[in-house]
Amino acid sequence: MLQEHCKLLAVLKQTGEIVGRKKLQKLIYIAKKLDFPFFERYQFHFYGPYSEELNLRVEEMSHLDFITEIKEKKGGYQQYRYALSDKGADFLALSNYELPETKGILNVLNEQSSRFLELVSTVLYFEDLPRAEVEEKVVTLKAKQNYSQEEINEAYWFIEQLCKKAASAEANE
Amino acid sequence: MSDRFKVLEEEKVFKDPVHRYIHVRDELIWDLIGTKEFQRLRRIRQLGTTYLTFHGAEHTRFNHSLGVYEIVRRMVENLEKKIAWDPEERLVCLAAALLHDIGHGPFSHSFEKVFHTDHEQWTRAIILGNTDVHRVLTSVGGKFPKKVADVIEKTYANKLVVSLISSQIDADRMDYLLRDAFYTGVSYGNFDMERILRVMRPKEDQAVFKHSGMHAVEDYIMSRYQMYWQVYFHPVTRSAEVILSKILHRAKDLYRAGYQFKDQPKHFYTLFSGEITLADYLKLDESVILYYFQEWADEEDPILHDLCQRFMDRRLFKYVECDPGKQMSVWPELLQLFAAIGLEPEYYLVIDSSSDLPYDFYRPGEEEERLPIHLLMPGGDLRELSRESEVVEAISGKKRTDHKLYFPMDFLEDQRTYAEEKQRIIALLKAQEG
Repeated sequence: MLQEHCKLLAVLKQTGEIVGRKKLQKLIYIAKKLDFPFFERYQFHFYGPYSEELNLRVEEMSHLDFITEIKEKKGGYQQYRYALSDKGADFLALSNYELPETKGILNVLNEQSSRFLELVSTVLYFEDLPRAEVEEKVVTLKAKQNYSQEEINEAYWFIEQLCKKAASAEANE
Repeated sequence: MSDRFKVLEEEKVFKDPVHRYIHVRDELIWDLIGTKEFQRLRRIRQLGTTYLTFHGAEHTRFNHSLGVYEIVRRMVENLEKKIAWDPEERLVCLAAALLHDIGHGPFSHSFEKVFHTDHEQWTRAIILGNTDVHRVLTSVGGKFPKKVADVIEKTYANKLVVSLISSQIDADRMDYLLRDAFYTGVSYGNFDMERILRVMRPKEDQAVFKHSGMHAVEDYIMSRYQMYWQVYFHPVTRSAEVILSKILHRAKDLYRAGYQFKDQPKHFYTLFSGEITLADYLKLDESVILYYFQEWADEEDPILHDLCQRFMDRRLFKYVECDPGKQMSVWPELLQLFAAIGLEPEYYLVIDSSSDLPYDFYRPGEEEERLPIHLLMPGGDLRELSRESEVVEAISGKKRTDHKLYFPMDFLEDQRTYAEEKQRIIALLKAQEG
């Protein structure tokens, strides 16, 4: 019953709280790219990979009171904080859904800034291209974010670490 | 300059019920329309199972793709009066518009859910792979196919070009709203597209709209809102989608379990095993799928047989509105009762959510990823549409989610067997609606 919703509830249970819609979007995208079983469809948008399906699913869970959504002002824009509610926890328990072993990857992702996750997810989106072309895409498509070469290098290193962790999680399944 | 910039000796036109005429002057476009991959779109309906609700909705991805091309052609013609274009940029726009849906498969929404495929990846594969489309595009230049694929994927450097084909007010949406309204026969999908094109102004990242044209844009937003609830979210169409998805699930599960089909579903083999190639994918269309549904209606497996008969004969599931939060307490009992009367709940008790559908209505959003629609004010400033329009503000904050629970009411109403259990199920389901 509503398995894709349950997966998101399980993510919130594991991470405790996710601050920002952008962070939530990128976190699920990166997890999906690491072969965790998320099936929301993503397209490339203004801030990188974005899923309208995920956006709507989160809205549904908020209407069902399965998650709490706190809206707060942050500089010139609104930011949302998401956490699992008691009702959501009951629903998750009833569904018997369990996330596969993630070796703490979701928490590692949740500790990063949205800006960094935007870069990481963009690099992953273009993973089939040679690195030079990916960097060119980052510079062209993310001109306003003005990512430095150091940040791009860090993103590649971070992805490498994530892949190792994901592989060890898979081996332990 | 490449030969592919050549224009035809005589302009070709297609009669079209939505745009009256679709004009083709470029040899490239004419040749793309003639490719087998593009012709395949004639065998894929634009609205999937909607024809089971609105019988006129038999139009295809072919009609729609030509329509999007025609709108972009008109947009480009207008924009060229205001900005200088590289002639290749014009062809990139037109080719991307024509090919934006080339990767769609039969009933692609359900297909993608069941088999975890993505039509956008197939689009890229068709444009860049070993296809007639690729050969035609390459004749413009070696890098040309990639440019077209990047526009469709929204990763092209020129964001104005991307926004014409994919944004909150783009040629794709304009065509499908007008076309879907026309073919379904509903009266609320119309808006003044000519006026919108006239007030469109190019900016660096996207096209914006002169404030004086705000009411035409409002009409477009209203049309999108109405079509969302009245056509795209129609509960009967969703019932057909539920059955279609369950048929595909069942066939896949049977195949993996080694079930011997009477008529081997060879078109599905690589899809079922998760190893589908581009050549196999291109062989799938709705005539193939419906052929198998017809065949599977005679299969021994009772679930596959029943679901296929239901789909072919339009004996769809009924539904109740449901709140999964409240449903929690009765869910275990419902599952138990369904199993007791011989209905596998996995196939016969299905929650369908609004997030399962690929449509939305306009939301300006906060901390959102979608670029909103901007109005160009008389002083030159840009203002987000819902801040200027009370109509748009009123509908863009509306709740857009719902959940429905689908089940075979005809089976439950047949009280010759398991009468007591069936009555209890019906009572539990009706209680969901309050």
